[in-house]
Amino acid sequence: MARLLHYAAHPAPSSSQANRAMLRVVRGLEGITQVDLYAEYPRYDIDIAEEQARLLAHDVIVLQFPLFWYSCPALVKEWLDLVWEHGFAYGQGGDKLKGKTLLLAVTTGGPQEAYSAEGYQHFELRTFLTPFEQTARLAQMRFLAPYVFHGALKRDPAAHALGFGTLLGALRDERLDLRAAETTDILTHDTLPLIGIN
Amino acid sequence: MSDFLLLAFLFLAAGVAAVPIATALGLGSVLGYLIAGIALSPVLTLLEVDVVSIQHFAEFGVVMMLFLVGQELEPKRLWELRNRLLGLGGLQVAGTTALVAGACIVFGLDWRISLAIGLILAMSSTAIVLQTLGEKGLMRGDGGQASFSVLLFQDIAVIPILALVPLLAIPGAHHAGEDGHGPSMSLVADIEGWQAALVTAGAIALVIAGGMFLTRPLFRYIAKARLREIFVATALAFVVGIALLMTLVGLSPALGTFLAGVVLANSEYRHELESDIDPFRGLLLGLFFMTVGAAINFALLWDELFLILGLTIAVMAAKALVLLILGFGFGLRGSQKYLFGLGLAQAGEFGFVLTSFAVSNFVLPETMAPTLNLIITLSMMLTPGLFIFYERVIRPRFDRPTDRDDDEITEQHPIIIAGHGRYGGIVNRMLLAAGYRTTVLDHSAGQLDMLRTFGINGFYGDATRPDLLTAAGIGEAKLLIVALDDPDQNEAMVHYVHHNHPHVHMIVRAHDRRHVYRLYQAGARDIIRETFDSSVRAGRSAYEALGMHPFEAERLSRAFVDADRHALYELAQVWDPAIPETENPEYIKLARELMTDIELGASGGAFRERTERGWTPPLPQDTEADRQRQTGQRAADPR
Ligand SMILES: Cc1cc2nc3c(=O)[nH]c(=O)nc-3n(C[C@H](O)[C@H](O)[C@H](O)COP(=O)(O)O)c2cc1C
Repeated sequence: MARLLHYAAHPAPSSSQANRAMLRVVRGLEGITQVDLYAEYPRYDIDIAEEQARLLAHDVIVLQFPLFWYSCPALVKEWLDLVWEHGFAYGQGGDKLKGKTLLLAVTTGGPQEAYSAEGYQHFELRTFLTPFEQTARLAQMRFLAPYVFHGALKRDPAAHALGFGTLLGALRDERLDLRAAETTDILTHDTLPLIGIN
Repeated sequence: MSDFLLLAFLFLAAGVAAVPIATALGLGSVLGYLIAGIALSPVLTLLEVDVVSIQHFAEFGVVMMLFLVGQELEPKRLWELRNRLLGLGGLQVAGTTALVAGACIVFGLDWRISLAIGLILAMSSTAIVLQTLGEKGLMRGDGGQASFSVLLFQDIAVIPILALVPLLAIPGAHHAGEDGHGPSMSLVADIEGWQAALVTAGAIALVIAGGMFLTRPLFRYIAKARLREIFVATALAFVVGIALLMTLVGLSPALGTFLAGVVLANSEYRHELESDIDPFRGLLLGLFFMTVGAAINFALLWDELFLILGLTIAVMAAKALVLLILGFGFGLRGSQKYLFGLGLAQAGEFGFVLTSFAVSNFVLPETMAPTLNLIITLSMMLTPGLFIFYERVIRPRFDRPTDRDDDEITEQHPIIIAGHGRYGGIVNRMLLAAGYRTTVLDHSAGQLDMLRTFGINGFYGDATRPDLLTAAGIGEAKLLIVALDDPDQNEAMVHYVHHNHPHVHMIVRAHDRRHVYRLYQAGARDIIRETFDSSVRAGRSAYEALGMHPFEAERLSRAFVDADRHALYELAQVWDPAIPETENPEYIKLARELMTDIELGASGGAFRERTERGWTPPLPQDTEADRQRQTGQRAADPR
C-alpha cells in the first residue's frame, strides 16, 4: 500500500464540471488523503509546517487542477513557492521528497489536437508542464505522465473521472506500472498501464 | 490680600507681556522673563517688595523641574549615566573651583575666601539651562545629556559644599548660627553624625520605597474619584512633601524630587503627573527668572560697571574653558561640545544660596556679597545670548550631513494608543508583537492594572485632555490610535488633534455608520468600524456552514465589504449632520438604491456580477468559434 496524498485546486468549484466530477470520485476512495487546497486556504494563509509534514507522511503526491493560461491556478503556485522550500525539497539537506512520486491531473479547455506544433496551442501539453517536471526532478522525485482530460468544456467528464478513481486506486495499491507511466507522454482513462490487466 | 493680588498681577502681566515677544524674536522664554524682571524692578523697589524672598519661593520651580526631569529618566538610564555624572560633573566642579580660586589667590585674596568663591561660581544654573535646552529641543543630544549630568552632579554636590563652607570660616570670627537660607527646621541638627547619616539614608530609602510601592495604590485610589483637582492636589502634595522631607534631613529638595521622579518613570501615572505639575513648574520658574532680573543692583552696577562686567566675562570664560576641555576629553561630538561649553558657562541660583550661607558663616566678608550676586546675575542674563550664539553661529558650521547627531534618544514613542479596551488593546498587542513601542493612555485604573500583569506599560489619564496628550508626546507622534469607548470622546479627540497636530496619522474607532460620517467631518480619514469586520467574518462563517465552498465564501464576503464601503462613501456625500437620516430625502433615496443592490444581490446587480466574474471559462459555442478562427488564421499564416 502506497500512502497517497491527493490535492485538488479549483478557485471556482461551483462552475467546475470536470474537476468536480473527479473530486467526487476521489472522495469515494478509501485509504488516501484528500485535500481541497482552495477550501483549506481560502485566504492563501498556507501552513508551511503542516503541508511539509503532510508531504513527508506520503509516498505519492497527486496535484489535480484545471489548466489556466498553460499553468496551474495561483494557489497551487503559492503552495509550491512556500512549501517546497530550500532545505526541504531541494538544495542542501533538501532531500525530503526524494524517491516519492509526483502525478499531475490536468484538465484543459483546448482539445488534444490543439496541443501540438501544428495545433493552435502551438506546443505539446508536456512542454507547458515542464516547470512541474523539472521541479519534481530537482526534488529527486519520480514524475509520472500527467493524467489529462482535453476539451474539458465540451466533453462529458464521467469516464475521465471514473478512470481517475481507477488510477489513484492502482497507485495506492501499487498496481500501476510506474515505469510505463513514466515513459509515456500522457495518461488518459483508457490508456492506464495497470499491472495484471494487459 | 490686595498686596498679594497686586504683586501676582504685576508678575503675571510682566511675563505675559515680555515672553511672547522674546520667543517670537527667537530669544527664548528665559531672556523674556529676565527682561520682564528688569522692567519690573523700579516698581518693586517703589513698593518695597522683598524680591529675594520671592526668589526663594520661586526656586521651588527648580525642584518641580527636577521631578519632571527625573520622570523622563528610567533608573536604568540613570545608571548608564553614572560615569558622566561623576566624571564630567566631578571634574567640572573641581576644575572650575580650582581655576577660579587660583585666580583669586593670585589677586591676593585669602585662600579660604578664594576657595569659597570658587565653589560658589562653579555652580551653573539648572533652571536656565534645563529650561532652555528643553525649549530648543537640545536636551536629547549628546551635549544636552552631558549638561544634564553636570547639573545633576552640582545639585548633589551642594550638600557636601554646605557642610564644607563653615569650616572655611576665618578664625576669630563669630559663628552666628543663623543663616538667611539654611533649613529653619531640622531633624538632624542636634544629633550625632552617624545618627544623622542614618536618618538621611532612611529618608532617601523612604522616598524610593514610597515611590515604588505607595504611589500606585494611592494614585489609583485618587483616580477612582475622577476629580481632576484632587489629582492635581495629590500630585502637588507629593512633590512638596518630598521636598519638605529632604529639607528636614538637610538634603537638597531638588535631589529628592528628582529621585522620586526617577522612581515614577515607569509608572502609569507618569503622564498625568507631568501634565498636572508642569504648569506650576512653568509659572514658578518664570517667576524665578523675573526675580533674578528684578534683583539686579543697578546702583552698584553703574558704579563699577567695567570691573563687574570684566569679572563676569572672566568668570564665564574660565567656566567655558574648563567645560570645553572636559567636552573634548569625554569625546562629545561636533557642535555638542560647544553647546556643553557655552550652555553651562554661567553661575547659578545655587550661587546665591551659597553666597548668603558663606556670609552668614563669616567665610566671606559681607561687602563682597552684592558684587558676587551681581556677577552671578549678569552671567545668567548673558546665557540666553550664548545659546543664541551657539544656534546661529556654531551649530551651522557643524551641520554637515556627516556630523548629524545620530545618537539622539527618542524617549517619547511615536505611537500613542488612546483607550486600551477591546479595540485599542488588540491594536496595541499587534504593534507590540511587531516590535513597535507604544504609549498607552487609559482612564480605567482597573484596565491599567490588568495591563501591568501582562507587562504592558500604560498611563493613567483622560486621553481627551490636550495637556495629557501633549505629555504623552503627541507633538512628536507619528501615529495615534483613537480607540476610546465613548464615540463622542473619540470625535472630540479627532477634532482636536486634526486641528492642532495635523501631522499625526489617526486611526479611529467608529461606533457605527453614522459615527463614521461624523468622524470624517471631524477630520479623520482612517476610520474603522468596531464590529464591522467581525460581523463580516460571522457572515462568512454562515456561508460556510450552509455548504458554500470556503474560497467562494471568502470572495463573496470580500465583495460584500467592497460594496458596503462603496455605499458608505456614497452616502457620506449626501449625509447631513443637521438633518436626521430618516428625514433626509436624498439620503433615503440613495440608501435604498445601494442597499437593494447589495441585499438583493442574488437576483442580479453589481454585487453579484463582481462575485461571478472570475475563472469563468468560455461557453462551448464560443470555444468552437475561437477554434475556427484560430485554425483559419494559421492556414493563412505563411510560416
Ligand atoms: C482563467 C482561465 C484560463 C484558462 N487557460 C487555459 C489554457 O491556457 N489552456 C486551455 O486549454 N484551457 C484554458 N482554460 C480552460 C480551462 O482549462 C477549463 O475551463 C477547465 O479545465 C475546465 O475544468 P472545470 O470544468 O473543472 O472547470 C482556462 C480557463 C480559465 C478560467
